[in-house]
Amino acid sequence: MRLEEKITIKNPQGLHARPAALLAQIANKYDVLVQLKKGKTVVDGKSIMGILMLEATKGSKITLIVEGDSAQEAFAEIKELLENEDPDK
Amino acid sequence: MKTQINKVLEGIPASPGIAIGTAFLFGREDFVIYRRRISEKAVPNEIARFEEALIRTRQELKELQASLSNKGAASSKIFDAHLLLLEDRMLIEDVIKELKEKKFCVEYIFSQVIKKYIDAFSQMGDSYIRERTADVSDVGKRVLKHLLGQRRNQISLEEPSIIVAHDLSPSDTATMSRTNLLGFITDIGGKTSHTAIIAKSLEIPAVVGLQIATRVIKNGDLLIVDGNEGKVILNPDTKTLRHYQREKDISIVEARQLEDMLRDLPAETMDGRRVTVAANIEFPSEVDSVIKHGAEGIGLFRTEFLYMGREDLPSEEEQFEVYKKVAEKVAPNPLIIRTLDIGGDKFLSQIDTPEEMHSFLGWRAIRFCLARPDIFKVQLRAILRASVFGNIKLMFPMISCIDELRDAKKILSDVKRELSRKKIGFNKEIEIGAMIEVPSAAITSDLLAREVDFFSIGTNDLVQYTLAVDRANEKVAYLYRPTHIGILRLIRMTIENAHKNNIWVGMCGEMASELPLVILLLGLGLDEFSAPPISVQKIKYIIRNISYEEAQRVAEEAFNKNSADEVEAFLLDKAEALLRRCHGEKVCDFGDLKKYKI
Repeated sequence: MRLEEKITIKNPQGLHARPAALLAQIANKYDVLVQLKKGKTVVDGKSIMGILMLEATKGSKITLIVEGDSAQEAFAEIKELLENEDPDK
Repeated sequence: MKTQINKVLEGIPASPGIAIGTAFLFGREDFVIYRRRISEKAVPNEIARFEEALIRTRQELKELQASLSNKGAASSKIFDAHLLLLEDRMLIEDVIKELKEKKFCVEYIFSQVIKKYIDAFSQMGDSYIRERTADVSDVGKRVLKHLLGQRRNQISLEEPSIIVAHDLSPSDTATMSRTNLLGFITDIGGKTSHTAIIAKSLEIPAVVGLQIATRVIKNGDLLIVDGNEGKVILNPDTKTLRHYQREKDISIVEARQLEDMLRDLPAETMDGRRVTVAANIEFPSEVDSVIKHGAEGIGLFRTEFLYMGREDLPSEEEQFEVYKKVAEKVAPNPLIIRTLDIGGDKFLSQIDTPEEMHSFLGWRAIRFCLARPDIFKVQLRAILRASVFGNIKLMFPMISCIDELRDAKKILSDVKRELSRKKIGFNKEIEIGAMIEVPSAAITSDLLAREVDFFSIGTNDLVQYTLAVDRANEKVAYLYRPTHIGILRLIRMTIENAHKNNIWVGMCGEMASELPLVILLLGLGLDEFSAPPISVQKIKYIIRNISYEEAQRVAEEAFNKNSADEVEAFLLDKAEALLRRCHGEKVCDFGDLKKYKI
């Protein structure tokens, strides 16, 4: 299964530090392929380095692509994190 | 090149304070990495070497992290990020891919990949990510060291020094000896960089973002670090030096002279009132410094370190050994052990504590211990058993009413009975104290005094609770004033009530080490001052150079003032006059007091 959706980052800190680490941790839990796309840059969602490279600040639009058997679950969990507005989460 | 006098470098103030010392250039460890071609056959071997270096680095980081969290350092968290970077898929895959494609030795490939990330991060607009380049580079260096078979050397400083570096990483500072370390200055970095965080936790001044520090400063240069203004003065002339020495609380040289002079002298006023000057410690390793500085015992031994940064709870035996060792070292002087004071801003990982809206008003200290007698009793047993090996006293933190004190004493007598039944020795006359740090305790100190052998006023909490000010909240921190008339009244009331009931009173909060306040507290009749080891001689010095009668007059007059500002100005005046009388010149301007004005 392959899921793809354009998501706006709502976290006030953007995808830095804790959110980036959390995202990588979530992505690594699942046996799926996770990709994040911003403009022309595509990175591995299981890599904290990759996520930081995106430089996704609050308000930026990124495309989340999840592929694999448990794509549905992984997609939901990652999406929730990306759209989280609480800076402490 | 001619030596420049009084050259001023402007940077960003990262940790407050003034330091004067010689420059120690902390070299950036550049590696010589050869671009060595490898054959197709050697690729698996290079990958294996890479994996092994990653495993070793991981182990090293884990050890470093554990050693830091044992010391109670918050900075151990930084290594979580490092561990994540180390395990990063993209990084590892990049290295392996490039290795297979380009066929160079793994040292070279790895350093190129790391460089690529650093370059990318350092160009980003976001300052948080830009500062993470230090993390990437730090992890990179560690892996490279393992690949190159080098070991990181620990730095030890031979004389009081200021570390001058391009940048400092968490592992640089973690392995750095703290002896003789006076301050940090760096070329790069901002207010949130590791250098700033660590300097603050070590309470030494730091200036970052100086840009050219490592280029213009040479090893052994005399430096003044002004962490308040964000300035560094290179090779200052006598006039500048004197100015800053005045600005500093008491210069290093004077502190040393004081140390030698005062170590074995009692804290006795000119007219013969004898008080005790003891020290506060957090770790057993600080005992040597307690003795070195001439403290007459330990007025506050915090025990949280035994519980923090571990998965299990400390056993009775483990605690017993620690208490015994410290007690024996300071004997015959007293060791006052504060029972577990967690909650507030310190939490145990072993125990699920509910998230609280106002953690300082919540389930902490004695409240926690009374709710968990299973944990509390283990500590009490260990303290009692150790009490035969020295002069141990114990005190309960955060007492807010008489019932808590009675409940705690009840548990203590249960434990005593158990020990007696098992014929295990302990000091049956062990002194019990209550900490006075909640306003209600101070107000009812006449009642509490009948229940205990001594009081210890914990001013940090007393001030925060009485004035309803969270010191960590920068919007209201200016209201945090130990010289608030309300605080002074509570302290006076506590001391008077104690003395009426023939018990003694100590103070283990920061207030006891503020020199102008020492005069006031002495005048109010405080019996014991407990301060960081480093402040002990200064307090003794003040006490030995004033009469009790004069201190009482000063205290009385201070109580006629209307505001914290007036009290501070008055006490500063008195303290300066006292020092001028002793020295013939002003030696100190009490930076300590000023910090409360933000």
